[in-house]
Amino acid sequence: MEHYFQKEIECASREEIIAIQNQKLVEQVQHVWDNVPYYRKKMEDKGLTPGDIKSIDDLHKLPFLSKADLREAYPYGLAGVPMKDCVRIHSTSGTTGKRVVAFYTQADIDLWEDCCARAIMAAGGTSEDVCQVAYGFGLFTGGAGLNGGSHKVGCLTVPTSSGNTERQIMFIRDLSTTILCCTPSYAAYLAETMKEMGMSPEDIPLKAGIFGAEAWSEEMRQEIQNTLGIKAYDIYGLTELSGPGVAFECSAQDGMHINEDHFIAEIIDPDTGEVLPDGTQGELVFTSISKKAFPLLRYRTRDICTLHREKCSCGRTHVKMEKPKGRSDDMLIIRGVNVFPSQIEAVLLEHGYQANYQIIVGRVNNTDTLDVHVEMTPEMFTDDVMEIRNRQNELVAGLKSMLGIKAKVTLVDHKSITRSEGKAVRVIDNRKI
Amino acid sequence: MSVKQISVFAENKPGKMNEMTEVLAANNINMRALSLAETEGFGIIRLIVDDAYEAATVLKDAGYINKLTTVVIVEIPDVPGGLNEVLKVFTRANINLSYMYALAGEKGSDKARMVFRVNDHKAAEAAMEKAGIKVLTQEDIAKL
Repeated sequence: MEHYFQKEIECASREEIIAIQNQKLVEQVQHVWDNVPYYRKKMEDKGLTPGDIKSIDDLHKLPFLSKADLREAYPYGLAGVPMKDCVRIHSTSGTTGKRVVAFYTQADIDLWEDCCARAIMAAGGTSEDVCQVAYGFGLFTGGAGLNGGSHKVGCLTVPTSSGNTERQIMFIRDLSTTILCCTPSYAAYLAETMKEMGMSPEDIPLKAGIFGAEAWSEEMRQEIQNTLGIKAYDIYGLTELSGPGVAFECSAQDGMHINEDHFIAEIIDPDTGEVLPDGTQGELVFTSISKKAFPLLRYRTRDICTLHREKCSCGRTHVKMEKPKGRSDDMLIIRGVNVFPSQIEAVLLEHGYQANYQIIVGRVNNTDTLDVHVEMTPEMFTDDVMEIRNRQNELVAGLKSMLGIKAKVTLVDHKSITRSEGKAVRVIDNRKI
Repeated sequence: MSVKQISVFAENKPGKMNEMTEVLAANNINMRALSLAETEGFGIIRLIVDDAYEAATVLKDAGYINKLTTVVIVEIPDVPGGLNEVLKVFTRANINLSYMYALAGEKGSDKARMVFRVNDHKAAEAAMEKAGIKVLTQEDIAKL
């Protein structure tokens, strides 16, 4: 049976959703115009006033916001309410530059937690469940978001935060955790550790996992599902928009429903900025229509994906986004070709290796080099050198056909690649450009 | 009859062999023979030890991926042509050799011992016995 946290809105008709979006968008544009001089100037530069935005049909007229704008406006430039009305901040990891700081009013936190509660219930969660939140707590949004959502659903919440793997497993076993929330790479590590401890999926009561905050492949989903004996659901979000829960997977496990009563999604051509029709691949752009403290309009996520509006078997009516191939932050350009770590991961799993890998990019004589370090596993090891070489060559061929460029494959010792408790470090780029 | 060899995966980097032999030393495991098959990037260390199962467990616990494989170890006279006699037996029995290496010698002994990885170890042992060549057992290895 499908569970919903807010069935009325999650299953609303298209007309109802559009009516909500029209009304909220008009209000939000006025709110931003009145309170965010940084964006007001962008509108003025295009000769726009709030009166020009009468419905979502006018959305395309509004200027974009990019990560560069967020850095420029750091820290208060894009806040929409006075600091006395804010109750919390969260911040990005800042690995790709200056940190982004996002502000929340109590109402913003509430609606964010509602979104996470929808995700947990879509994964089958109810007040009967024990939900272990192994995302990091702190400035990172993962822990706080799912923790709040879990409370709203009424689950018994186990806020372990990330790390301390054996303690995580002890709680899963002793408290009969049924829902696990963490990054997919940490879920894979937990599965590996449980196996080493001699535990099989039958020994643990887990039934579902809600995994996000990094790009992961369909093959990795299968691997986690098999090793943990659970259903693994994807969840999507950005600190800039609130955190996890902007979109989430349902029982269909085929794309993530975007919470359209709070976020309007568009797909644009990343080069021209032109809006593309549903079903076309492009860059995902979000307009936050409910949040007041950090009200981003037309924020370019740099995530490449596709939107689908076909009827979903779960009964929800909100638009679905495909799993993004990865942030353009994760995207590598190697010899002029776009390469996503998730594509490499898919090939590794398909060839029998595990998702323990590192991508090392270098430059020799002005030519980019791509070296994939992948751990040998007990299953893939044999005494026959030729057999290992053959499997290695098949992997090289598989990567070539997926990426279109040649990669070197280096087999490294088991467990020599550091396991991540949060977002995995997949890429080491040694190019000095 | 046959003897178990341990094959260990080793990434090709300095100190790798040293680390592994340290694990064996710390667990009081005595090596009888060691051979290294190396290719670009990685190697396979092949070991004959006094207690193969103990060594395999100890190495696994220390994080080394390993597999037990069956090999044939024979004793041959340490004279010119000694090895050639054994190889002739393999050829006549149509047995295919993947690789071979020698066991550590014994002081004052006139015997040499060779390790063979073959496609059919049962047939190889039968052929050796028929030709009057001694095939060593796991117990023989432990006693060396």
